[in-house]
Amino acid sequence: MAYKGHRINPKGFEKSQIKIILLLLPLIIFMALPIVYIINHAFKPMEELFAFPPNFFVRNPTLDNFTALIKASRTAGIPMSRYVFNSLIITSVTIVLSLLFTTMAAFALSKIRFRAKYVLMDINQAAMMFVATAVLIPRYLVMTFTGTINTYVAHILPLLAVPVALFLVKQFVDQVPDSLLEAAYMDGASDRQVYTKIIIPMIKPAIATAAIMVFQQVWTNMETSNYFVNDDSLKTLTFYMNTLANANNTVAGQGMSAAAALIMFIPNLVLFILLQNNVMNTMATSGIK
Amino acid sequence: MANKNKIAKRADNKNGYLFVLPYALVFTVFILVPVLLAIVLSFTNFNAIEFPSWVGFLNYITVLTNDEVFMQYVLPNTIVYALVVGVGGYILSFVLAWALCNLTKPVRTIFALILYSPSMTAGVAMVVVWKVIFSGDQTGLLNNWLMEIGAITDPIIWLINANYLLPIVIVVGLWSSMGIGFLSLIAGILNIDEALYEAGAIDGIKNRFQEMIYITIPSMKPQMLFAAVMSIVNAFQAGSVYTLLTGNPSPGYASQLIVNHIEDYGFLRYEMGYAAALSVVLLLMVQLFSKVANKLFTEKDEF
Repeated sequence: MAYKGHRINPKGFEKSQIKIILLLLPLIIFMALPIVYIINHAFKPMEELFAFPPNFFVRNPTLDNFTALIKASRTAGIPMSRYVFNSLIITSVTIVLSLLFTTMAAFALSKIRFRAKYVLMDINQAAMMFVATAVLIPRYLVMTFTGTINTYVAHILPLLAVPVALFLVKQFVDQVPDSLLEAAYMDGASDRQVYTKIIIPMIKPAIATAAIMVFQQVWTNMETSNYFVNDDSLKTLTFYMNTLANANNTVAGQGMSAAAALIMFIPNLVLFILLQNNVMNTMATSGIK
Repeated sequence: MANKNKIAKRADNKNGYLFVLPYALVFTVFILVPVLLAIVLSFTNFNAIEFPSWVGFLNYITVLTNDEVFMQYVLPNTIVYALVVGVGGYILSFVLAWALCNLTKPVRTIFALILYSPSMTAGVAMVVVWKVIFSGDQTGLLNNWLMEIGAITDPIIWLINANYLLPIVIVVGLWSSMGIGFLSLIAGILNIDEALYEAGAIDGIKNRFQEMIYITIPSMKPQMLFAAVMSIVNAFQAGSVYTLLTGNPSPGYASQLIVNHIEDYGFLRYEMGYAAALSVVLLLMVQLFSKVANKLFTEKDEF
């Protein structure tokens, strides 16, 4: 009975898969528990938050924690809507600019011949190992020096360059057949036209992936609020949610911070579910050679 | 990288610079300059108020010989954390990716989503969950559960007891370590040509384990390297999240990682020069680990 080599990505269900599913299941459950818990916790009424012994699942779900969250901001002087507004503006501007810069650079690094190209690519690849927290202080100094400290811009500028995103998009642009671009150049298209008319439409999966990556970084970022902005009315929703979580170490505060965590988590999840096919497409070309 | 293309006739098309410019600008100002500045500052004494004064290698000498907390707690903690969450998490994500690829698409997609979702929020929003689970009194989920099954009689104060801090931080780290590298591994495994497996079977491969070693891994080295780099960076930049969980400094420095140590010196003690030296040490550690990953997975060396 010779071994035939097994099939990766099976089309149908086979008995051998049950074994794998059973092995994976405990781990999957462990990974899912905290998220399942937070969803339950966020909807627990007061008496269930206080309940002893503590319950994992919610019995009578309410929206109390969410309303408490909004009420808490009224006493703080700055309404929660302000933080929501700040976060929306900052997140959308950062994503748009970052994607524009990244796709432009990816196009140039992949398809235009110019002298500094390979040096730039190597620098960017080295920067994929960059650890942002390590240079918090110098970044602070740079921002003070450029006068961007304590403004909206302070949330946006440091997060625009994402070396991993550029790498992934560039790998994807590499897949666009040269013959297609050559034909366009032959017809008299300029580099700018090739970029907007051919490259952008053809690399949508990579753009979606980069958008998710940038979104995740901006949406949950606390460093900029903590270190680059002093004015509370300019800070982000993440920052506000976190001060709540820390200030209210009581049981009631727990319910509120669970609600807050859920609000922060859901957009990430929805975005990923919507775009996951694009992400997997992009990941197919993610290898470093 | 030897992708010499024939598109533009000129070897040096100035438009290339134009297209790269916006990215290059933000990259330079917010990544490159800060790194260089950190290197310069690491040779100075700087308290954020007076102009920095040059002290040569003093900060580095202090790191190596005079910082007991660093040598006794921070460095060992960071290395243990990097090995378990970085290397261990990497191996785990490969094994999981491989297992998922043996399942049908719908099941795989759901499992992958569950495994990936903890890494989405980078942990920050999830701190509250861990606080409730590891709460030190009997209302804490873990305490309650352990007492119910009779493993302990009194609640354990998880987040203060130095014995448990590093393991807790490692569990949280592993929980959120199935990130973009994990997705890359799945894609890598799925893209391997099936003919390779058939050929392998003819050449005498007897089981799935041999298949993994002789076919799967060698055929997806680029993805292996990408995921390795992501794991390394992920492991070394961890720290800020744990400040919310255990405080900074953590009780008895039991879960103090190098990022926490940098924050401690930079933002609590305002010894910016020293913090910069620690930052340079951190960046060097990341480079070192990445070098090893590069050695393991570059295309040139054949199995």
